[in-house]
Amino acid sequence: MPAAESPSSAPLLSESIREKIRAYIPRYPDKRAVTLPALHIVHEHLRCVPYKAMEEIAEILDLQPSDVHDTMSFYGFFPQAPIGEKRVWICRSISCMLRGGDELLGVACKAAGVAGPGSTSADGELTIEFAECLGICDHAPAALCDDGRIYGPLDEQTVAEMIQDVRSRTVPPDEIPL
Amino acid sequence: MAAFEPVLTRNFAVENSQSLKVYEGRGGYQAAKKALTTMSPDELVQLVKDSELRGRGGAGFPTGLKWSFLPKDRAETFMCVNGDESEPATFNNRYLLERDPHQMIEGIIISCFATRASTAYLYNRFEYIAATRVMERAIAEARAAGYLGKNIFGSGFDLEIYVHRGAGAYICGEETGLIESLEGKRGWPRIKPPFPAVEGAFRKPTVVNNIETLCCVPHIVERGADWFKSIGTPKSYGPKLYTISGHVNKQVCVELPLGVTTRQLIEEHAGGVWKGRKAKAAVPGGISMGLLSADELDVPLDFEEIRKTGCLGLGTAAVTVIDDQTPIMDVLYNTCRFFAHESCGQCTPCREGTTWFYKTMKRIKAGGGRLEDLDVMEQLAKNLGITPGTTICGLADGAAWPIKNAMTKFRPELEEYIRSHQQADKKPTALQEAIFRGVSPSLFDSSLPEPSEPLPGPTAPGHNPRVSPGT
Repeated sequence: MPAAESPSSAPLLSESIREKIRAYIPRYPDKRAVTLPALHIVHEHLRCVPYKAMEEIAEILDLQPSDVHDTMSFYGFFPQAPIGEKRVWICRSISCMLRGGDELLGVACKAAGVAGPGSTSADGELTIEFAECLGICDHAPAALCDDGRIYGPLDEQTVAEMIQDVRSRTVPPDEIPL
Repeated sequence: MAAFEPVLTRNFAVENSQSLKVYEGRGGYQAAKKALTTMSPDELVQLVKDSELRGRGGAGFPTGLKWSFLPKDRAETFMCVNGDESEPATFNNRYLLERDPHQMIEGIIISCFATRASTAYLYNRFEYIAATRVMERAIAEARAAGYLGKNIFGSGFDLEIYVHRGAGAYICGEETGLIESLEGKRGWPRIKPPFPAVEGAFRKPTVVNNIETLCCVPHIVERGADWFKSIGTPKSYGPKLYTISGHVNKQVCVELPLGVTTRQLIEEHAGGVWKGRKAKAAVPGGISMGLLSADELDVPLDFEEIRKTGCLGLGTAAVTVIDDQTPIMDVLYNTCRFFAHESCGQCTPCREGTTWFYKTMKRIKAGGGRLEDLDVMEQLAKNLGITPGTTICGLADGAAWPIKNAMTKFRPELEEYIRSHQQADKKPTALQEAIFRGVSPSLFDSSLPEPSEPLPGPTAPGHNPRVSPGT
């Protein structure tokens, strides 16, 4: 945890992001409860939550930066350094594992050209990660893209097609990929 | 028994089932209207008590009883809807949210009216991206139509529902972990008592219920407690969404009366075991419930019968089928890896124990297993969790149960696996052997002649102080 990443006083979070965070405050009796929604909002805009963003979230919610960091670091979802434009999780839990999910994780990393789970492709487009059960076991072995697209049942062939599809297509945030 | 009529899934196949118009057209929100305009909250609690509805989230606790624990003189109540469905192989709540969001909302309205909660938080796991969008859209629709907001149905009852997204932590499915997470903290379960009904979210009386549980409520209001009790088996009444995945031809989610058997699910709904093989074992309801052996596939999957097989319970009714060509060791390796990843780290027996399980399994898989490892794992499994009383929540019990079950039901196979998968260079190190035999690591260098020298074989497990404390 770097003590202070930037001495600059220019705010990292734009006014529109701050507005979105503040809009959540009336929903809860306590401002601290907005921590997770705020982290999600920042993550959607910046594709990561750097330390400066934690400080600014803390300021909006009347918390200490360490409170925000404490919460954030508990959950697997929020990276502190930027990730790819798109993020794909390959499931490794029981139903997927039984049908080859563990092997497909390696195949997917290779097909996407990333070093291993958790890494981002050289063009900054795609991050591949493993996940514990994604709750899409009817598609096992399955994968999930962070715009909501579900892929599966996968095999070596369809993993390559999935990577291609994730890279070439974008689902707008207000569209439901059912 | 009369032919079973699905109710929870009745709108799934209807086109555009997520829209308010379709839901209303199929009789939607009539149960909420009936409840709010003709019944009192106490009558509703009594009705749910009479129906003997039991929580669908895993523990099977009677819902009406849970509601009646709320203090009588409370000023404010919160409802938390537990949509952090993370038990491996479970996806029935996702179906309910994505395919019939208004049924969920109606269930929340009635349940909040019964418990006098005017704010409900739907805690949705982040992986359910589509479900979150469907729910947000449906809530906006319902609010515009006056089903949410102020003075619903002119009854004077106000309600707001907010979707709260999780961030990828299995432990947030535990009710107090969920509350902590909702409050913006790490999802560490709380010590109980106080139970959430007395002091929960934001230190106010709180009801935490599973999605499927609340989806049952409108149907109970509409058709009555007797109808509900006409479905299922004694003490396990009502319809249930079963999910079947793993080594089957069709991985599906089906609604059936409580008490069907694993074999029925495999043969009648999942198209049989894949590749023409036979089932060696099955997980009855999420991996933390344990394992069923091949001759236990005819045991009814309900809250009571399943416990007689040594499994922890029905869990989430997520059946995973394991074929006869898969080593049970692979299944255990997967469950140990899962729990080591998902232990929240609060209680030492769980944090260290689940990691120890995983490390041991990794070594066995790599070819460095010893038969004594099974004894150590069994001993460890008996010493972590709520059952022996060493942890705050039940995650550790879930981690221990597949191991306990496998030791009882598949011990010869596990031993054979270890014998036939030996790799000389993967053996435990001399230090690990010494620790196993009770030598303190700090004394390791001085108490033993040469760390690199091969050690004599370990003593019999029964006489080892590490394996049998107190002997």
